[in-house]
Amino acid sequence: MTATDKGPARASAKDTELTEMAWDPITRIVGSLGIYTKIDFKAKRVAECHSTSSIFRGYSIFMKGKDPRDAHFITSRICGICGDNHATCSVYNQNMAYGVRPPHLGEWIINLGEAAEYMFDHNIFQENLVGVDFCEKMVGETNPGVLERANATEAPHAAEHGYRTIGDIMRSLNPLEGEFYREALQVSRSTREMFCLMEGRHVHPSTLYPGGVGTVATVQLFTDYLTRLMRYVEFMKRVVPMHDDLFDFFYEALPGYEEVGRRRVLLGCWGSLNNPEYCDFTYRNMADWGRKMFVTPGVVVDGKLVTTSLLDINLGIRILLGHSFYEDWEDQEMFVTHDPLGNPVDRRHPWNQHTIPRPAKRDFDDKYSWTMSPRWFDGKDYLPLDTGGGPIARLWATALAGLVDCGYVKSTGHSVQINLPRTVSRPAVTFEWKPPADKEGKPLSNAIERDRARTYFQAYAAACALYFTEQALAEVRAGRTKTWESFKVPDESVSCGFTEAVRGVLSHHMVVRGGKIANYHPYPPTPWNGSVRDVYGTPGPYEDAVQNTPIFEENPPERFKGIDIMRAVRSFDPCLPCGVHMYLGGGRVLNTAHSPTGVTLAI
Amino acid sequence: MTHADEDPAVHILWMNGGLGCDGDSVALTAATQPSIEEIVLGALPGLPKVAVHWPLIDFECGPEQGADTFIEWWHKADRGELDPFVLVVEGSIPNEAIKSEGYWCGFGNNPATGQPMTTSEWLDRLAPKATAILAVGTCATYGGIHAMAGNPTGAMGVPDYLGWDWTSKAGLPIVCVPGCPIHPDNLSETILYLLYQVAGQAPMIPLDEALRPRWLFEATVHQGCDRAGYYEEGTFASEYGTPECLVKLGCWGPVVKCNVPKRGWINGVGGCPNVGGICIACTMPGFPDKFMPFMDEPPGARVSTSASGAYGTVIRTLRGFTQRTADKEPKWRVKGSQLRTGYQKTW
Repeated sequence: MTATDKGPARASAKDTELTEMAWDPITRIVGSLGIYTKIDFKAKRVAECHSTSSIFRGYSIFMKGKDPRDAHFITSRICGICGDNHATCSVYNQNMAYGVRPPHLGEWIINLGEAAEYMFDHNIFQENLVGVDFCEKMVGETNPGVLERANATEAPHAAEHGYRTIGDIMRSLNPLEGEFYREALQVSRSTREMFCLMEGRHVHPSTLYPGGVGTVATVQLFTDYLTRLMRYVEFMKRVVPMHDDLFDFFYEALPGYEEVGRRRVLLGCWGSLNNPEYCDFTYRNMADWGRKMFVTPGVVVDGKLVTTSLLDINLGIRILLGHSFYEDWEDQEMFVTHDPLGNPVDRRHPWNQHTIPRPAKRDFDDKYSWTMSPRWFDGKDYLPLDTGGGPIARLWATALAGLVDCGYVKSTGHSVQINLPRTVSRPAVTFEWKPPADKEGKPLSNAIERDRARTYFQAYAAACALYFTEQALAEVRAGRTKTWESFKVPDESVSCGFTEAVRGVLSHHMVVRGGKIANYHPYPPTPWNGSVRDVYGTPGPYEDAVQNTPIFEENPPERFKGIDIMRAVRSFDPCLPCGVHMYLGGGRVLNTAHSPTGVTLAI
Repeated sequence: MTHADEDPAVHILWMNGGLGCDGDSVALTAATQPSIEEIVLGALPGLPKVAVHWPLIDFECGPEQGADTFIEWWHKADRGELDPFVLVVEGSIPNEAIKSEGYWCGFGNNPATGQPMTTSEWLDRLAPKATAILAVGTCATYGGIHAMAGNPTGAMGVPDYLGWDWTSKAGLPIVCVPGCPIHPDNLSETILYLLYQVAGQAPMIPLDEALRPRWLFEATVHQGCDRAGYYEEGTFASEYGTPECLVKLGCWGPVVKCNVPKRGWINGVGGCPNVGGICIACTMPGFPDKFMPFMDEPPGARVSTSASGAYGTVIRTLRGFTQRTADKEPKWRVKGSQLRTGYQKTW
């Protein structure tokens, strides 16, 4: 039983004075998202939140009738920072459709490329986009008292990262002027070089194909990657303790900060980084080879692992409508009534989805977004899973599953150990990530912990890459340098691909008829995180997390930035062009004679 | 993003509200020749001061009617309070006229209606006031992936929308830097050129008939591809992952204007056909429809590969002879008491 009511009870104040505020477009994220809120300044809390995406492109529509072998080239263009995740997911999907199993070396190369994507993307987002929310300039403008305290607080891990005080860390994150900010930009370039060694170019790969890769596997290729990787490993030995110091300080300086961006622990992870020894890309064996991934798939509800089966995960996906600019497809044809194992497939599953756009005025009481409402059905409830930006869900599922052990990373069943070897100027280091809990011991999914997990996952990806490099070099040294296997496109097929994009769950579902794409539906993480209220009234994760957010900012309304709301939203690493625009001062003040839109859900 | 408190000489307004993916914004952060921080911090001689208003990494994120409003820069430009400014457009322009209500894409809100301000309306408002318009990425330049056959939005490129012969109030045509995504240094170099031009230090930017910077897009992929030697010898890859020419596996390089194989993707690393990735012609106005299915051999390649297959066999044989000679050292490099180099000993 997984109840769907939210954690803390909402104040049902009558005659509350609420101020409408909207951030649109939100900067320092990727993609198109607006956050519209009603804020109760007296109570210092966000009363209501709607998230909206204002861009529609229509991939599922224009892919119909195209050659399925074009799918990874096309779907990569869905996203400009994690497009390679789509290309990867699509070739996984195509491998299943065509019944092809790439040579092991081809798979190690894809893993090395995807590991580099994690290392690049989390680094640039964390330091150059999110980091700005924690930099001296921002903290000085929003919480001067906190900055004063930071300048007087010694950093516990100064010996590891070299910054004497928390204030020094904050200064190093100042845009452009900050030394660490600029260093991180350079790191985002060398990690992209690593990526390009394996996948050709960034962000839309040139060397990925169904059946493997076009990358020419030589000793030089892996040497060039490994030398850059070891520099990154050395970098992470500084960054993990540095961010631990920064994030721990916020809890200490602002008691109650645990509640910012907090929501119930409802985390989805679709698994990533296949193990070619086991992965044959058949649907029949998907649950088995899914459990051999180097990031374990899983659904975590209230801190407990509900499943690690990709079959369960697949069959549980439902796409709901309610407040989106689309017509329903209840009366449309079903493409897939049963999966290849004979399990019934729901009409609201991506395999059976029809995308029928219906542009309309934005009305927050009715239709207000181009995002839909993906949910995961556990047999009882339609759970609005989030990914927490990706890392927190990946680490949580992997930690509890106890399945991963390749030396450099090991799941203990209650934590994840990351073992980084000796580097040019630093000894070997072990980092351990444990599922976060609040002061009462309850599982904790909030802004700070999403951000912290991001840093730990950078180290995790680097550690995995060390193992992949060893495996790949072993293949090359043994003379097994083939990276691609030929295939034929069947007339009819039903297939799916699962991976973890940088920001979390990613699935691609395809139906081929007459050798052409009959249906293709990609579901990246942001449609989950940035989803809108569904037909049952359940808010999406951003909406839910922001609605729970207390306000710690010291500014009065006329100078208010909404930094706590921004930290809550950015902790999910949104991947939609979006922004925040606020009605303040000259904005509208609402005198409501009723409590804000409810969050109690129809079950 | 500005490095000084005084009024900057040039504003760059970056609008990512088209039908796009932000891939060109992200690509620009990879540039090193020059890097974005070098442009903003004025690290090159003669650059005007710039203020970049760029959603991807902008510090500002604040209230519409308060401090630090990001979108306010667009409203200022609209009111004629920003001069000079360069408008950068990322993503294709959908056709908002094909429906009765709603929006395909918006960027901020229209204060008058409270509804999203469409990207095309921003173009209508700002185009007359901009010193230059820079379309970045194949979506903004020619429509790109989102303008594929069967698309519901009627997407097009900026020149399709404003007119191919459009010129700014300063006499500049639309500057198009295509690529999917754009090559990082191609973009930062074009921005650099425009800044020098706006500062009066460079002549009119030289563009070709598709409005591309000539020095970046004159040569074809094939002319800069290090696998062209295999082509000449008629050696074609029959499967992906081998080092030979990819033209029979779907590479369109011989007819595509792009400098990636020559330049590498980032700091000389990576690329497309030079590293095993077929060219899918992502910089071209005909992209993607005229090049699909991507993994099929381009029809035009069949004739030329048969020709090169025939004479290439002869060339390869002849080169084989020469190679065997070149692979041997001259005979005077030997141990022993005799000097055999041809020098007359003087001792």
